[in-house]
This record gives sequence, structure tokens and C-alpha cells, in this order.
Amino acid sequence: MRLSKTKDTLIAVGAVVGLFVLWELAVWLFKIPPFVLPAPSQAIQSLQPVWGVVMGHAWQTLWTTLAGFGIAVVAGVLLGAAVGTSRPLNLALYPILVGFNSVPKAALVPVLVLWFGIGTVPAILTAFLISFFPIVVNVATGLAAVPPELREVLRVLGSSRLEAFTRVSIPFSLPYFFASLKVAITLAFVGAVISEIAASQKGIGYMMTSASSQFNVPLVFGGLLVIAVMGIALYGVFAFLERRLVGWAYRSQHA
Amino acid sequence: MSFIELSNVSLRYDNGYLAVEGVNLSIAQGEFVALVGPSGCGKSTLLRVISGLRPPSNGAATVHGRVVKGPISGIGMAFQNPTLMPWRTILQNILLPLEVSPQHKQRYRQNPRPYIEAARELMASVGLAGFEDAHVWELSGGMQQRASLCRALIHQPEILMLDEPFSALDAFTREELWQAMQVLYMSRKPTVILVTHDLREAVYLSDTIYTMSTRPGRIAYSRRIEFPRPRGLELTYEDAFAHIVKELREQIGGMRTQISGLKGVGA
Repeated sequence: MRLSKTKDTLIAVGAVVGLFVLWELAVWLFKIPPFVLPAPSQAIQSLQPVWGVVMGHAWQTLWTTLAGFGIAVVAGVLLGAAVGTSRPLNLALYPILVGFNSVPKAALVPVLVLWFGIGTVPAILTAFLISFFPIVVNVATGLAAVPPELREVLRVLGSSRLEAFTRVSIPFSLPYFFASLKVAITLAFVGAVISEIAASQKGIGYMMTSASSQFNVPLVFGGLLVIAVMGIALYGVFAFLERRLVGWAYRSQHA
Repeated sequence: MSFIELSNVSLRYDNGYLAVEGVNLSIAQGEFVALVGPSGCGKSTLLRVISGLRPPSNGAATVHGRVVKGPISGIGMAFQNPTLMPWRTILQNILLPLEVSPQHKQRYRQNPRPYIEAARELMASVGLAGFEDAHVWELSGGMQQRASLCRALIHQPEILMLDEPFSALDAFTREELWQAMQVLYMSRKPTVILVTHDLREAVYLSDTIYTMSTRPGRIAYSRRIEFPRPRGLELTYEDAFAHIVKELREQIGGMRTQISGLKGVGA
């Protein structure tokens, strides 16, 4: 018997609260000065006087992340479908994709700035570049893992390739796709913030750099918390969608 | 001309391995045929040749007087694994062939009612009544296999291909499914080709049994089974039945002894 839903939530929330309490206690016990490591209460407090500005930056980071993530989903699904269904394309594209993914995206930001200038566009592109790879790999893996018998059942019924694809391959690979979305959305945040830190005048990343240049360390940590909260929220959205849409993939393992 | 005709069919894999050689076989419409033989004798390969999933290297398969060139439509298939789709309920799984088979999809889309009724009846006839909306993982292996048989039959195929569909089940469930299979066969009279390792299963279900030798696979022996249907499970304990099983066993045992070169082993 699994734990009830409220109990599950309590455990998750309890762990977060516990972590914050430990952090708070450690700062207090070891008398760590706020310009080294502020307590969580100080980090949260630092947000309060500049709340409106923080929200503006958060909104900037959120939408650039989502824009980059959206491009990553489209590109990732198309590339993943190509790599997962065609052997020649698989052979041709995989080495390039792996090589590309090995390049640190932070190193690409200056190039993007050179091409597109400081600001929103490099942030969107960095979010896209850092998050599309897991989608490609998972979509390709899901499509390649379709049991051949499932397709044979359809082929001897006289189904077209397209029908076999929509009825078997797509549903079969959806759980792989959703698993990759949860990874990709958190990576997209990393990409957007990296770019904002390096070259932007908007976004939580920029807010953190300017706060740290004024030695406002609590606000730096406040920014980190804002990013973490947005990341958890979006992860939650995709985890929820996953459970609604492809719950069969998880429940079937409890058989 | 028979309904299904294999003339001099050979099949060589890309790596040069000769899987099947010089197979001649004719199957009448509505006949229940079993292919038995040791593993690796190309039984499943023959199924794929007849259904058009694999072209033969030599010779030809004809179905209904037409040479098989690509996947021929309207075949029902069931495998050792139930291969049900976990994202569909049991009823939706069974209705799947109607969504794609060219003979049915138009009518099914316009008026699914009678088809759904037929699916429910089919499910009831194999003891699956009440499981229409169940999920795949809620069913036991034997029940999933029943659903798989229903899916293979829902579109009233002329040909039913069974690739060891009962071999992963426990002995009791297997015998139950033999009976269920017999009921389905008698009510619809498709042409059935059953691939199996189980001689009792072959004798219980079929009209004709072909034993195959291995490496390369050839038809070695054929045996008509004349027991009238419906055949009860008691039949499998009668002397006449046991006698045929023994006869077939000796055929296959003889082949195995030849291969391994060990006298008195394998029979």
C-alpha cells in the first residue's frame, strides 16, 4: 500500500522546512556573518523592500526560460523523431549532437552576445541549447524501444506506417518524453540564468550579479531562492501533466 | 489450389544462415494446422513468410491464389507475449484492429456500436466479461493472453497466426486456453496456423500437424488428427491421444538424436 497523498506532500514540505531550519541554526550557532552565508530568514527578508523589482526580474527569467524551453521541445521532438526512426540519420546526427552537448554552454554566451547583443535573445538561446539534448535522447530512445511485435500486429492488419506510428510509437514513447521534460525545464532555468549573469540588464541572474557587486549577499541568496522556487513550480507542473497523461507507464510497474 | 500454399520456400538470413529450406505446404480454408519442432527450426519464420512480413529467398507463398509480396492485410496474430498496449483499456486493446484494418475502419468509425457489442461478446466467450474497462496491468498473464486472442479475432480474420501463444502460461491456464481457443475456432472457422513446442497442445487443437527438422528447417512429417470436435480435456488422457503424441515425439526425438550424434538421448 502506498502512502496517502497528503502524507506524501507532508514529507516533501517537511524536508524543505527541515533543511531551512538546519541552515538557519548553522548560521546562528557558528556565527557565520551574512556577507559569507546569510541565514534563509535574512535572504527572504532582503527580498521584501525590493519585492516589485524582484518580481520584474523573476518574470523576465521565467519567460525567457519558457521561450527557450519551448523551442527546445519542438527541436528536441523533431530531432529525436529523426534520430529514433531513421538509422542513417541516427548515425549521422548522434556524434554531432553528443559533441555539441559536451560544449559548456556558459562558453557559448559570449558568442551569442557577439551575434545578438546583450539581453533577452542570448538568454532564450542559452536556455534552448542547454535543455534540448535530453529531449532528443529520450524521444529517440523511446521510439527505438517500441517492441517490434506491437508494430507487426498492426502491419498484418493492413495499417499504414502513419497509423502504426500514431497508435503505437507515439504513445509508447510518451513516458520517455515526459521524463525528459522534467529534466529539461530545470536545465532551461540554468541556461537562462547563466546568460543573464554574463550579459544582461534584466532577470534574476542580472539582479544577483549587481547585488553581489554591492556586497548585498542576502539578496544574492534571495535570488537563488526565487530561481529554486520557480524551478520547483515548473517541475511540479510537468510532473503533474506526466501523471495525468502517461500514468499508465508508472502504474503498470506495480502490477 | 489450396487456400494457403507454400511452394519450395527457402529463407536465408543476411548472415548466410539458412533458416528454412524447400518447404512445401498446402493448407485448406478453415483448416487448423500446427507446426511443431525443436527450437530454431524456422517455425516462426514460416509464419512471417506467409504473412508477408519477410520475403522468402526462394520459392513463393500464395494466399487465396495470390502471391504474397508485402504484408497481407486482415491477418490476426497472437504471440508468446500478449503485446497489449498498456495505455489502452482491455476493450480498447481488443478494438484496435478495427481502427486500422482497411475492411473495417470506415464502418467502425461511423458506427462503433455493433463492433463494441461483438467485442463484449467475444470477451465473454473467453471468460473476460466484466474486464472491459480494466487496465492491462490489472490482469493476470493468462487473462492478458485471452485478451490478445480476442484482439487477433475481433476483425474476423480469415487467417489466424499463433506464435506459441500459450507457452509462457502455467499448465492449468494453458489447458483452459486450449478450450477457449477451440470454442473460438469452432464458432468462426478461420484458417489457423499454430506454432508450438507442445505436442499435446498441437494434437488437442489441430486438424493437421507438421513436424519440422532443424538447421535448415524442413517439413519432416505430417499427421492428420481425426478426433471430432468439440474435444474434451479428458481426450488428452486417452490411449489414442497419447499414442499420437508418442508417435510425434519419436519423430522429433529421432531428429534430435541425429543432430547431437548421441544415441538414445532426447527420445
